[in-house]
Amino acid sequence: MKKKIVLSILVGLLALLFIIPLFLTVSNSFMEPSQVQNQYENIFQNKGSEFSGLKFIPDWISLKQYYQVLILKTNFLKMFWNASFMVVPIILGQIIVSTFAAYAFAKLKFPFREQLFYLYILLMLMPFQVTVVPNYLIANYLGILDKFASIIFPGVFSVFGVFLLRQFMQKIPDAYLEAAKIDGANHFQIFFKIILPLSKNYIASLGVLLMIDYWNMVEQPLIFLKDVSMHPLSLYLAQVNKDEIGVAFAAATIYMIPVLLVYLYAENYFVEGIKNSGLKG
Amino acid sequence: MKSKINKKERWIGFGFITPSLIGQLIFFFIPIMMTIYYAMINNPMSKEFVGFTNFITIWDNTIFIRAMKNTFIFTGISVSLIMVLSLGMAMLLNKPLFLRNIFRSCFMVPLIVPSASILMIWQVFFNFNGTLNNIVTSFGFDPIDWMNSAYARWIVVLFYVWKNIGYDMVLFLAALQNIPKEQYEAASIDGANKWQKFYHITLIHILPTFFFVFIISITNSFKIFREVYLLGGEYPYEDLYMLQHYINNLFNVLDYQKLSVSAIYMAIFIFMIVLLWRKVEKKLDF
Repeated sequence: MKKKIVLSILVGLLALLFIIPLFLTVSNSFMEPSQVQNQYENIFQNKGSEFSGLKFIPDWISLKQYYQVLILKTNFLKMFWNASFMVVPIILGQIIVSTFAAYAFAKLKFPFREQLFYLYILLMLMPFQVTVVPNYLIANYLGILDKFASIIFPGVFSVFGVFLLRQFMQKIPDAYLEAAKIDGANHFQIFFKIILPLSKNYIASLGVLLMIDYWNMVEQPLIFLKDVSMHPLSLYLAQVNKDEIGVAFAAATIYMIPVLLVYLYAENYFVEGIKNSGLKG
Repeated sequence: MKSKINKKERWIGFGFITPSLIGQLIFFFIPIMMTIYYAMINNPMSKEFVGFTNFITIWDNTIFIRAMKNTFIFTGISVSLIMVLSLGMAMLLNKPLFLRNIFRSCFMVPLIVPSASILMIWQVFFNFNGTLNNIVTSFGFDPIDWMNSAYARWIVVLFYVWKNIGYDMVLFLAALQNIPKEQYEAASIDGANKWQKFYHITLIHILPTFFFVFIISITNSFKIFREVYLLGGEYPYEDLYMLQHYINNLFNVLDYQKLSVSAIYMAIFIFMIVLLWRKVEKKLDF
Protein backbone atom coordinates (compact mmCIF):
# COMPACT_ATOMS: atom_id res chain seq x y z
CA MET A 1 0.00 0.00 0.00
CA LYS A 2 2.76 2.42 0.95
CA LYS A 3 4.59 1.51 -2.22
CA LYS A 4 1.47 2.20 -4.25
CA ILE A 5 1.12 5.69 -2.76
CA VAL A 6 4.77 6.59 -3.37
CA LEU A 7 4.65 5.32 -6.93
CA SER A 8 1.40 7.16 -7.62
CA ILE A 9 2.87 10.43 -6.42
CA LEU A 10 6.00 9.94 -8.53
CA VAL A 11 4.03 9.16 -11.68
CA GLY A 12 1.70 12.03 -10.86
CA LEU A 13 4.59 14.50 -10.72
CA LEU A 14 5.85 13.17 -14.02
CA ALA A 15 2.37 13.56 -15.49
CA LEU A 16 2.33 17.16 -14.33
CA LEU A 17 5.36 17.91 -16.53
CA PHE A 18 3.33 16.82 -19.52
CA ILE A 19 0.47 19.22 -18.97
CA ILE A 20 2.26 22.30 -17.61
CA PRO A 21 2.81 23.95 -21.02
CA LEU A 22 -0.86 23.47 -21.82
CA PHE A 23 -1.86 24.91 -18.48
CA LEU A 24 0.46 27.91 -18.92
CA THR A 25 -0.88 28.70 -22.37
CA VAL A 26 -4.44 28.70 -21.12
CA SER A 27 -3.74 30.65 -17.93
CA ASN A 28 -1.71 33.26 -19.80
CA SER A 29 -4.53 33.73 -22.26
CA PHE A 30 -6.63 35.20 -19.45
CA MET A 31 -4.02 37.77 -18.56
CA GLU A 32 -4.49 41.50 -18.89
CA PRO A 33 -2.82 42.43 -22.25
CA SER A 34 -0.60 45.02 -20.58
CA GLN A 35 0.58 42.44 -18.06
CA VAL A 36 1.48 39.96 -20.79
CA GLN A 37 3.38 42.69 -22.56
CA ASN A 38 5.35 43.54 -19.41
CA GLN A 39 5.89 39.92 -18.52
CA TYR A 40 7.35 38.77 -21.81
CA GLU A 41 8.72 41.80 -23.60
CA ASN A 42 12.26 40.80 -22.59
CA ILE A 43 11.93 37.80 -24.87
CA PHE A 44 11.94 40.04 -27.90
CA GLN A 45 14.87 42.14 -26.78
CA ASN A 46 18.39 41.40 -27.87
CA LYS A 47 20.65 40.04 -25.19
CA GLY A 48 19.78 42.29 -22.29
CA SER A 49 20.27 41.34 -18.71
CA GLU A 50 16.56 41.25 -17.90
CA PHE A 51 14.90 37.85 -17.81
CA SER A 52 11.25 36.86 -18.06
CA GLY A 53 9.89 34.27 -15.69
CA LEU A 54 6.81 32.31 -16.64
CA LYS A 55 3.69 33.57 -14.95
CA PHE A 56 1.56 30.71 -13.68
CA ILE A 57 -1.52 32.56 -12.52
CA PRO A 58 -2.47 36.00 -13.89
CA ASP A 59 -2.88 38.84 -11.38
CA TRP A 60 -6.21 39.72 -12.89
CA ILE A 61 -8.50 37.52 -14.95
CA SER A 62 -9.29 39.32 -18.16
CA LEU A 63 -11.04 38.43 -21.40
CA LYS A 64 -9.46 41.31 -23.31
CA GLN A 65 -7.13 39.02 -25.27
CA TYR A 66 -10.10 36.99 -26.44
CA TYR A 67 -11.94 40.17 -27.38
CA GLN A 68 -8.95 41.13 -29.50
CA VAL A 69 -8.70 37.77 -31.26
CA LEU A 70 -12.40 37.29 -31.86
CA ILE A 71 -13.49 40.86 -32.67
CA LEU A 72 -10.55 43.14 -33.46
CA LYS A 73 -7.74 41.10 -35.04
CA THR A 74 -9.70 38.84 -37.30
CA ASN A 75 -6.63 37.58 -39.17
CA PHE A 76 -6.18 35.00 -36.39
CA LEU A 77 -9.73 33.81 -36.79
CA LYS A 78 -9.33 33.60 -40.54
CA MET A 79 -6.32 31.32 -40.09
CA PHE A 80 -8.37 29.18 -37.76
CA TRP A 81 -10.93 28.75 -40.55
CA ASN A 82 -8.17 28.12 -43.09
CA ALA A 83 -7.19 25.09 -41.04
CA SER A 84 -10.79 23.85 -40.97
CA PHE A 85 -11.21 24.24 -44.73
CA MET A 86 -8.27 21.91 -45.26
CA VAL A 87 -8.72 19.47 -42.39
CA VAL A 88 -12.42 18.69 -42.77
CA PRO A 89 -12.27 17.68 -46.47
CA ILE A 90 -9.15 15.60 -45.78
CA ILE A 91 -10.86 13.69 -42.98
CA LEU A 92 -14.08 13.05 -44.91
CA GLY A 93 -12.29 12.24 -48.15
CA GLN A 94 -9.77 9.91 -46.60
CA ILE A 95 -12.49 8.07 -44.69
CA ILE A 96 -14.50 7.46 -47.86
CA VAL A 97 -11.56 6.36 -50.01
CA SER A 98 -10.05 4.19 -47.29
CA THR A 99 -13.14 2.27 -46.17
CA PHE A 100 -13.58 0.85 -49.67
CA ALA A 101 -9.90 0.02 -50.10
CA ALA A 102 -9.53 -1.36 -46.58
CA TYR A 103 -12.45 -3.74 -47.13
CA ALA A 104 -10.80 -5.10 -50.25
CA PHE A 105 -7.41 -5.49 -48.55
CA ALA A 106 -8.93 -7.12 -45.47
CA LYS A 107 -11.58 -9.39 -46.92
CA LEU A 108 -11.39 -9.80 -50.69
CA LYS A 109 -8.88 -11.80 -52.63
CA PHE A 110 -7.42 -10.30 -55.76
CA PRO A 111 -4.15 -10.64 -57.65
CA PHE A 112 -1.10 -8.79 -56.23
CA ARG A 113 -3.01 -7.95 -53.07
CA GLU A 114 -0.08 -8.60 -50.75
CA GLN A 115 2.50 -6.86 -52.93
CA LEU A 116 0.26 -3.83 -53.33
CA PHE A 117 -0.35 -3.66 -49.61
CA TYR A 118 3.36 -3.87 -48.92
CA LEU A 119 3.80 -0.90 -51.23
CA TYR A 120 1.14 0.98 -49.26
CA ILE A 121 2.95 0.29 -45.97
CA LEU A 122 6.21 1.53 -47.44
CA LEU A 123 4.53 4.70 -48.60
CA MET A 124 2.95 5.15 -45.18
CA LEU A 125 6.29 4.96 -43.40
CA MET A 126 8.02 7.44 -45.67
CA PRO A 127 8.74 10.79 -44.01
CA PHE A 128 6.78 13.73 -45.34
CA GLN A 129 9.92 15.12 -47.01
CA VAL A 130 10.14 12.09 -49.29
CA THR A 131 6.59 12.33 -50.63
CA VAL A 132 6.53 16.12 -50.73
CA VAL A 133 8.82 16.26 -53.74
CA PRO A 134 6.52 14.11 -55.90
CA ASN A 135 3.50 15.94 -54.47
CA TYR A 136 4.99 19.27 -55.42
CA LEU A 137 5.81 18.16 -58.94
CA ILE A 138 2.29 16.90 -59.54
CA ALA A 139 0.63 19.93 -57.92
CA ASN A 140 2.71 22.13 -60.17
CA TYR A 141 1.70 20.06 -63.19
CA LEU A 142 -2.02 20.14 -62.27
CA GLY A 143 -1.87 23.87 -61.53
CA ILE A 144 -3.16 23.57 -57.95
CA LEU A 145 -0.13 25.09 -56.19
CA ASP A 146 -1.12 27.89 -53.81
CA LYS A 147 -4.60 26.43 -53.52
CA PHE A 148 -6.04 24.41 -50.65
CA ALA A 149 -6.48 21.57 -53.14
CA SER A 150 -2.71 21.01 -53.22
CA ILE A 151 -2.89 20.02 -49.56
CA ILE A 152 -6.29 18.35 -49.57
CA PHE A 153 -5.64 15.81 -52.35
CA PRO A 154 -2.46 14.22 -51.01
CA GLY A 155 -4.20 14.16 -47.62
CA VAL A 156 -7.28 12.39 -48.96
CA PHE A 157 -5.16 9.72 -50.64
CA SER A 158 -2.74 9.31 -47.78
CA VAL A 159 -2.50 5.57 -47.12
CA PHE A 160 -2.74 5.68 -43.35
CA GLY A 161 -6.54 5.30 -43.39
CA VAL A 162 -6.41 2.22 -45.59
CA PHE A 163 -3.85 0.67 -43.32
CA LEU A 164 -5.63 1.39 -40.03
CA LEU A 165 -9.08 0.33 -41.21
CA ARG A 166 -7.68 -2.87 -42.68
CA GLN A 167 -6.18 -3.73 -39.28
CA PHE A 168 -9.61 -3.27 -37.73
CA MET A 169 -11.66 -4.97 -40.46
CA GLN A 170 -9.55 -8.11 -40.31
CA LYS A 171 -11.12 -8.69 -36.92
CA ILE A 172 -14.61 -8.98 -38.42
CA PRO A 173 -15.33 -12.73 -38.53
CA ASP A 174 -15.49 -14.19 -42.05
CA ALA A 175 -18.56 -16.17 -40.95
CA TYR A 176 -20.65 -12.99 -41.11
CA LEU A 177 -19.68 -12.46 -44.72
CA GLU A 178 -20.16 -16.12 -45.63
CA ALA A 179 -23.64 -16.09 -44.12
CA ALA A 180 -24.58 -13.00 -46.09
CA LYS A 181 -23.25 -14.57 -49.28
CA ILE A 182 -25.35 -17.67 -48.73
CA ASP A 183 -28.38 -15.40 -48.34
CA GLY A 184 -27.56 -14.05 -51.78
CA ALA A 185 -26.02 -10.70 -50.89
CA ASN A 186 -23.54 -9.23 -53.36
CA HIS A 187 -20.34 -7.48 -52.35
CA PHE A 188 -21.85 -4.03 -52.33
CA GLN A 189 -24.68 -5.15 -50.07
CA ILE A 190 -22.19 -6.85 -47.78
CA PHE A 191 -20.10 -3.69 -47.69
CA PHE A 192 -22.96 -1.31 -46.93
CA LYS A 193 -25.13 -3.57 -44.75
CA ILE A 194 -22.52 -5.47 -42.78
CA ILE A 195 -19.04 -3.98 -43.00
CA LEU A 196 -19.97 -0.32 -42.65
CA PRO A 197 -22.23 -0.70 -39.58
CA LEU A 198 -19.62 -2.92 -37.92
CA SER A 199 -16.88 -0.42 -38.73
CA LYS A 200 -18.51 2.64 -37.19
CA ASN A 201 -16.15 2.69 -34.21
CA TYR A 202 -13.14 2.02 -36.39
CA ILE A 203 -14.03 4.93 -38.65
CA ALA A 204 -14.44 7.14 -35.60
CA SER A 205 -10.95 6.12 -34.47
CA LEU A 206 -9.52 7.03 -37.85
CA GLY A 207 -11.36 10.34 -37.82
CA VAL A 208 -9.95 11.26 -34.41
CA LEU A 209 -6.38 10.37 -35.37
CA LEU A 210 -6.63 12.32 -38.63
CA MET A 211 -8.13 15.34 -36.91
CA ILE A 212 -5.32 15.48 -34.37
CA ASP A 213 -2.63 14.91 -36.97
CA TYR A 214 -3.78 17.41 -39.57
CA TRP A 215 -4.79 20.11 -37.09
CA ASN A 216 -1.08 20.27 -36.30
CA MET A 217 0.13 20.50 -39.90
CA VAL A 218 3.04 22.78 -40.65
CA GLU A 219 5.11 21.31 -43.48
CA GLN A 220 2.41 21.12 -46.16
CA PRO A 221 1.15 24.74 -46.02
CA LEU A 222 4.74 25.92 -45.71
CA ILE A 223 5.63 24.43 -49.08
CA PHE A 224 2.35 24.49 -51.00
CA LEU A 225 0.87 27.83 -49.92
CA LYS A 226 3.10 30.83 -50.60
CA ASP A 227 0.24 33.18 -49.68
CA VAL A 228 0.55 33.70 -45.92
CA SER A 229 -3.10 34.70 -45.56
CA MET A 230 -4.05 31.14 -46.50
CA HIS A 231 -1.88 29.54 -43.83
CA PRO A 232 -3.47 27.69 -40.92
CA LEU A 233 -2.96 29.03 -37.43
CA SER A 234 -0.64 26.11 -36.63
CA LEU A 235 2.02 27.67 -38.83
CA TYR A 236 1.58 31.28 -37.79
CA LEU A 237 1.48 31.16 -34.01
CA ALA A 238 5.16 30.62 -33.42
CA GLN A 239 6.07 33.63 -35.56
CA VAL A 240 4.12 36.27 -33.65
CA ASN A 241 5.93 39.55 -33.06
CA LYS A 242 6.27 41.71 -30.00
CA ASP A 243 2.91 43.47 -30.30
CA GLU A 244 0.98 40.27 -30.76
CA ILE A 245 2.32 38.16 -27.90
CA GLY A 246 -0.77 38.89 -25.83
CA VAL A 247 -3.35 37.89 -28.40
CA ALA A 248 -1.21 34.93 -29.42
CA PHE A 249 -1.95 33.13 -26.15
CA ALA A 250 -5.68 33.56 -26.68
CA ALA A 251 -5.38 32.46 -30.30
CA ALA A 252 -3.29 29.45 -29.25
CA THR A 253 -5.94 28.49 -26.72
CA ILE A 254 -8.76 28.83 -29.23
CA TYR A 255 -6.77 26.75 -31.67
CA MET A 256 -6.47 23.94 -29.10
CA ILE A 257 -10.19 23.78 -28.34
CA PRO A 258 -11.28 21.51 -31.22
CA VAL A 259 -8.64 18.86 -30.54
CA LEU A 260 -9.11 19.06 -26.79
CA LEU A 261 -12.85 18.53 -27.20
CA VAL A 262 -12.23 15.60 -29.52
CA TYR A 263 -9.80 14.14 -27.01
CA LEU A 264 -12.16 14.66 -24.09
CA TYR A 265 -15.07 12.95 -25.81
CA ALA A 266 -13.21 10.38 -27.84
CA GLU A 267 -10.09 9.44 -25.91
CA ASN A 268 -10.91 5.77 -26.20
CA TYR A 269 -11.17 5.97 -29.97
CA PHE A 270 -7.82 7.72 -30.01
CA VAL A 271 -6.15 5.07 -27.87
CA GLU A 272 -7.71 2.21 -29.86
CA GLY A 273 -6.48 3.87 -33.03
CA ILE A 274 -2.91 4.01 -31.75
CA LYS A 275 -2.99 0.42 -30.51
CA ASN A 276 -4.18 -0.83 -33.87
CA SER A 277 -1.58 1.12 -35.78
CA GLY A 278 0.71 -1.64 -34.48
CA LEU A 279 1.82 -3.51 -37.60
CA LYS A 280 0.80 -7.04 -36.85
CA GLY A 281 -0.73 -9.48 -39.31
CA MET B 1 -7.57 -22.99 -45.41
CA LYS B 2 -7.58 -21.35 -48.80
CA SER B 3 -10.84 -20.79 -50.56
CA LYS B 4 -10.90 -20.68 -54.32
CA ILE B 5 -11.00 -17.31 -56.01
CA ASN B 6 -13.58 -17.13 -58.72
CA LYS B 7 -12.94 -14.85 -61.64
CA LYS B 8 -15.63 -12.36 -60.74
CA GLU B 9 -14.31 -11.82 -57.27
CA ARG B 10 -10.88 -10.89 -58.60
CA TRP B 11 -12.30 -7.83 -60.27
CA ILE B 12 -14.57 -6.90 -57.40
CA GLY B 13 -11.53 -6.58 -55.15
CA PHE B 14 -9.92 -4.27 -57.66
CA GLY B 15 -13.16 -2.32 -57.91
CA PHE B 16 -13.09 -1.49 -54.22
CA ILE B 17 -9.50 -0.28 -54.25
CA THR B 18 -9.82 1.65 -57.51
CA PRO B 19 -10.54 5.09 -55.99
CA SER B 20 -7.57 4.69 -53.68
CA LEU B 21 -5.36 3.25 -56.40
CA ILE B 22 -6.08 6.07 -58.83
CA GLY B 23 -5.20 8.59 -56.13
CA GLN B 24 -1.96 6.73 -55.37
CA LEU B 25 -1.08 6.66 -59.06
CA ILE B 26 -1.67 10.36 -59.61
CA PHE B 27 -0.35 11.76 -56.36
CA PHE B 28 2.38 9.29 -55.43
CA PHE B 29 3.47 6.52 -57.81
CA ILE B 30 3.71 8.54 -61.05
CA PRO B 31 5.30 11.57 -59.36
CA ILE B 32 7.80 9.26 -57.67
CA MET B 33 8.89 8.19 -61.15
CA MET B 34 9.19 11.89 -62.01
CA THR B 35 11.36 12.34 -58.93
CA ILE B 36 13.67 9.55 -60.02
CA TYR B 37 13.81 11.10 -63.48
CA TYR B 38 14.71 14.53 -62.10
CA ALA B 39 17.41 12.95 -59.99
CA MET B 40 19.08 11.60 -63.11
CA ILE B 41 19.17 14.58 -65.45
CA ASN B 42 21.68 17.42 -65.42
CA ASN B 43 19.19 20.32 -65.37
CA PRO B 44 15.51 20.92 -66.19
CA MET B 45 16.46 22.91 -69.31
CA SER B 46 18.68 20.61 -71.35
CA LYS B 47 17.36 17.43 -69.63
CA GLU B 48 20.48 15.47 -70.38
CA PHE B 49 20.59 12.03 -68.78
CA VAL B 50 23.50 11.81 -66.36
CA GLY B 51 22.77 8.57 -64.50
CA PHE B 52 23.90 8.54 -60.91
CA THR B 53 26.16 11.59 -61.15
CA ASN B 54 23.84 13.73 -59.00
CA PHE B 55 23.83 11.06 -56.32
CA ILE B 56 27.61 11.35 -56.08
CA THR B 57 28.14 15.08 -56.51
CA ILE B 58 25.71 15.89 -53.71
CA TRP B 59 28.33 14.56 -51.30
CA ASP B 60 30.52 17.53 -52.24
CA ASN B 61 27.86 19.80 -50.78
CA THR B 62 28.87 20.67 -47.23
CA ILE B 63 25.36 21.75 -46.24
CA PHE B 64 23.94 18.41 -47.37
CA ILE B 65 26.57 16.55 -45.37
CA ARG B 66 25.89 18.60 -42.28
CA ALA B 67 22.14 18.06 -42.67
CA MET B 68 22.68 14.31 -43.12
CA LYS B 69 24.96 14.13 -40.09
CA ASN B 70 22.58 16.09 -37.87
CA THR B 71 19.63 13.95 -38.92
CA PHE B 72 21.51 10.75 -38.08
CA ILE B 73 22.73 12.05 -34.74
CA PHE B 74 19.30 13.33 -33.77
CA THR B 75 17.50 10.15 -34.85
CA GLY B 76 20.06 7.94 -33.11
CA ILE B 77 19.87 9.76 -29.80
CA SER B 78 16.17 10.44 -29.71
CA VAL B 79 14.98 7.02 -30.87
CA SER B 80 17.10 5.05 -28.42
CA LEU B 81 16.11 7.38 -25.62
CA ILE B 82 12.38 7.26 -26.33
CA MET B 83 12.36 3.46 -26.62
CA VAL B 84 13.90 2.96 -23.19
CA LEU B 85 11.87 5.70 -21.50
CA SER B 86 8.52 4.75 -23.01
CA LEU B 87 9.00 1.10 -22.07
CA GLY B 88 9.88 2.18 -18.55
CA MET B 89 6.82 4.39 -18.33
CA ALA B 90 4.56 1.68 -19.71
CA MET B 91 5.89 -0.71 -17.05
CA LEU B 92 5.21 1.90 -14.37
CA LEU B 93 1.69 2.47 -15.63
CA ASN B 94 1.12 -1.28 -15.76
CA LYS B 95 1.44 -1.40 -11.97
CA PRO B 96 -1.48 -0.72 -9.65
CA LEU B 97 -1.58 3.06 -9.18
CA PHE B 98 -4.07 5.59 -7.97
CA LEU B 99 -5.52 7.75 -10.77
CA ARG B 100 -3.77 5.58 -13.33
CA ASN B 101 -6.10 6.44 -16.21
CA ILE B 102 -5.83 10.15 -15.53
CA PHE B 103 -2.03 9.94 -15.56
CA ARG B 104 -2.12 8.01 -18.80
CA SER B 105 -4.30 10.73 -20.32
CA CYS B 106 -1.83 13.39 -19.17
CA PHE B 107 1.06 11.63 -20.92
CA MET B 108 -0.84 11.83 -24.19
CA VAL B 109 -1.66 15.53 -23.97
CA PRO B 110 1.49 16.66 -25.85
CA LEU B 111 0.52 14.26 -28.62
CA ILE B 112 -2.83 15.92 -29.27
CA VAL B 113 -2.14 19.59 -28.64
CA PRO B 114 -0.92 21.41 -31.79
CA SER B 115 2.78 22.17 -31.39
CA ALA B 116 2.32 25.81 -32.33
CA SER B 117 -0.08 26.32 -29.42
CA ILE B 118 2.44 25.35 -26.78
CA LEU B 119 5.76 26.24 -28.38
CA MET B 120 5.44 29.80 -27.13
CA ILE B 121 5.88 28.45 -23.62
CA TRP B 122 9.00 26.52 -24.65
CA GLN B 123 10.28 29.67 -26.32
CA VAL B 124 9.80 31.75 -23.20
CA PHE B 125 11.50 29.03 -21.19
CA PHE B 126 14.65 28.57 -23.31
CA ASN B 127 14.97 32.10 -24.70
CA PHE B 128 18.15 34.01 -23.81
CA ASN B 129 16.00 36.43 -21.83
CA GLY B 130 13.74 33.66 -20.65
CA THR B 131 12.83 31.61 -17.62
CA LEU B 132 15.69 29.13 -17.56
CA ASN B 133 18.27 31.92 -17.60
CA ASN B 134 16.26 33.67 -14.94
CA ILE B 135 16.82 30.63 -12.76
CA VAL B 136 20.43 30.12 -13.84
CA THR B 137 21.43 33.72 -13.14
CA SER B 138 19.68 33.76 -9.78
CA PHE B 139 22.19 31.07 -8.76
CA GLY B 140 24.99 33.34 -9.91
CA PHE B 141 25.84 31.58 -13.19
CA ASP B 142 26.18 33.27 -16.56
CA PRO B 143 23.17 33.12 -18.87
CA ILE B 144 23.43 30.80 -21.87
CA ASP B 145 21.80 31.23 -25.28
CA TRP B 146 20.33 27.74 -25.05
CA MET B 147 18.89 27.39 -28.53
CA ASN B 148 22.15 28.57 -30.10
CA SER B 149 24.52 26.37 -28.17
CA ALA B 150 25.56 22.76 -27.89
CA TYR B 151 22.50 22.32 -25.64
CA ALA B 152 20.12 23.05 -28.53
CA ARG B 153 20.22 19.48 -29.83
CA TRP B 154 19.36 18.12 -26.41
CA ILE B 155 16.49 20.57 -25.98
CA VAL B 156 15.03 19.33 -29.23
CA VAL B 157 15.56 15.72 -28.14
CA LEU B 158 13.73 16.58 -24.94
CA PHE B 159 10.87 18.06 -26.92
CA TYR B 160 10.69 15.00 -29.18
CA VAL B 161 10.54 12.63 -26.23
CA TRP B 162 8.01 14.79 -24.41
CA LYS B 163 5.81 15.04 -27.50
CA ASN B 164 5.92 11.43 -28.70
CA ILE B 165 6.37 9.28 -25.62
CA GLY B 166 2.61 8.86 -25.18
CA TYR B 167 2.28 7.05 -28.50
CA ASP B 168 5.03 4.52 -27.79
CA MET B 169 3.78 4.09 -24.25
CA VAL B 170 0.27 3.13 -25.41
CA LEU B 171 1.76 0.52 -27.76
CA PHE B 172 4.00 -0.96 -25.07
CA LEU B 173 1.21 -0.88 -22.49
CA ALA B 174 -1.08 -2.84 -24.82
CA ALA B 175 1.68 -5.42 -25.34
CA LEU B 176 2.39 -5.70 -21.61
CA GLN B 177 -1.26 -6.24 -20.82
CA ASN B 178 -1.38 -9.14 -23.27
CA ILE B 179 1.22 -11.15 -21.37
CA PRO B 180 -0.48 -14.00 -19.49
CA LYS B 181 -0.15 -13.45 -15.73
CA GLU B 182 0.32 -17.19 -15.13
CA GLN B 183 3.76 -17.07 -16.71
CA TYR B 184 5.01 -14.69 -14.03
CA GLU B 185 3.43 -16.80 -11.32
CA ALA B 186 5.01 -19.96 -12.67
CA ALA B 187 8.38 -18.23 -12.87
CA SER B 188 8.04 -17.08 -9.25
CA ILE B 189 7.40 -20.62 -8.16
CA ASP B 190 10.53 -21.70 -10.00
CA GLY B 191 12.42 -19.07 -8.03
CA ALA B 192 13.09 -16.53 -10.81
CA ASN B 193 14.10 -13.04 -9.70
CA LYS B 194 12.76 -9.75 -11.05
CA TRP B 195 15.45 -9.30 -13.66
CA GLN B 196 15.10 -12.90 -14.92
CA LYS B 197 11.35 -12.42 -15.24
CA PHE B 198 11.84 -9.20 -17.16
CA TYR B 199 14.39 -10.78 -19.47
CA HIS B 200 12.74 -14.14 -20.10
CA ILE B 201 9.06 -13.22 -20.07
CA THR B 202 8.44 -9.50 -20.59
CA LEU B 203 11.10 -8.87 -23.19
CA ILE B 204 10.25 -11.97 -25.23
CA HIS B 205 6.57 -11.06 -25.36
CA ILE B 206 7.02 -7.45 -26.31
CA LEU B 207 9.74 -8.06 -28.91
CA PRO B 208 7.43 -7.68 -31.94
CA THR B 209 6.01 -4.46 -30.48
CA PHE B 210 9.53 -3.34 -29.73
CA PHE B 211 10.46 -3.42 -33.41
CA PHE B 212 7.30 -1.72 -34.47
CA VAL B 213 7.85 1.06 -31.93
CA PHE B 214 11.38 1.35 -33.30
CA ILE B 215 10.05 2.02 -36.81
CA ILE B 216 7.33 4.39 -35.65
CA SER B 217 9.84 6.29 -33.51
CA ILE B 218 12.12 6.74 -36.50
CA THR B 219 9.33 8.08 -38.70
CA ASN B 220 8.19 10.31 -35.86
CA SER B 221 11.73 11.57 -35.39
CA PHE B 222 11.61 13.01 -38.91
CA LYS B 223 8.54 15.01 -37.89
CA ILE B 224 10.62 17.04 -35.43
CA PHE B 225 11.29 19.38 -38.35
CA ARG B 226 7.91 20.90 -37.54
CA GLU B 227 8.92 22.07 -34.08
CA VAL B 228 12.47 23.00 -35.03
CA TYR B 229 11.08 25.09 -37.86
CA LEU B 230 8.55 26.79 -35.61
CA LEU B 231 11.30 27.54 -33.08
CA GLY B 232 14.18 28.41 -35.37
CA GLY B 233 12.81 29.15 -38.84
CA GLU B 234 14.49 28.06 -42.06
CA TYR B 235 18.01 28.40 -40.74
CA PRO B 236 18.17 27.29 -37.10
CA TYR B 237 21.38 26.82 -35.12
CA GLU B 238 23.77 24.66 -37.16
CA ASP B 239 23.41 21.56 -34.97
CA LEU B 240 19.68 21.62 -35.65
CA TYR B 241 19.88 21.97 -39.42
CA MET B 242 18.52 18.65 -40.68
CA LEU B 243 17.80 16.93 -43.96
CA GLN B 244 14.22 18.16 -43.71
CA HIS B 245 15.45 21.76 -43.56
CA TYR B 246 17.70 21.10 -46.52
CA ILE B 247 14.81 19.73 -48.58
CA ASN B 248 12.44 22.46 -47.42
CA ASN B 249 14.89 25.21 -48.32
CA LEU B 250 15.56 23.71 -51.75
CA PHE B 251 11.92 24.40 -52.57
CA ASN B 252 12.63 28.10 -52.31
CA VAL B 253 15.18 27.86 -55.09
CA LEU B 254 13.44 24.99 -56.90
CA ASP B 255 16.59 22.96 -57.33
CA TYR B 256 14.84 19.82 -58.61
CA GLN B 257 18.00 17.74 -58.91
CA LYS B 258 19.16 18.18 -55.34
CA LEU B 259 15.56 17.93 -54.07
CA SER B 260 15.00 14.62 -55.80
CA VAL B 261 18.35 13.15 -54.86
CA SER B 262 17.91 14.03 -51.17
CA ALA B 263 14.37 12.65 -51.12
CA ILE B 264 15.56 9.41 -52.71
CA TYR B 265 18.39 9.04 -50.18
CA MET B 266 15.85 9.52 -47.40
CA ALA B 267 13.51 6.95 -48.99
CA ILE B 268 16.33 4.42 -49.32
CA PHE B 269 17.15 4.84 -45.64
CA ILE B 270 13.55 4.16 -44.60
CA PHE B 271 13.28 1.30 -47.09
CA MET B 272 16.32 -0.44 -45.60
CA ILE B 273 14.89 -0.15 -42.12
CA VAL B 274 11.57 -1.59 -43.25
CA LEU B 275 13.38 -4.49 -44.94
CA LEU B 276 15.34 -5.15 -41.78
CA TRP B 277 12.16 -5.09 -39.74
CA ARG B 278 10.40 -7.57 -42.10
CA LYS B 279 13.38 -9.91 -41.77
CA VAL B 280 13.33 -9.67 -38.00
CA GLU B 281 9.58 -10.13 -37.91
CA LYS B 282 9.80 -13.34 -39.95
CA LYS B 283 12.41 -14.70 -37.56
CA LEU B 284 10.23 -13.86 -34.56
CA ASP B 285 7.23 -15.59 -36.07
CA PHE B 286 7.56 -18.87 -34.27
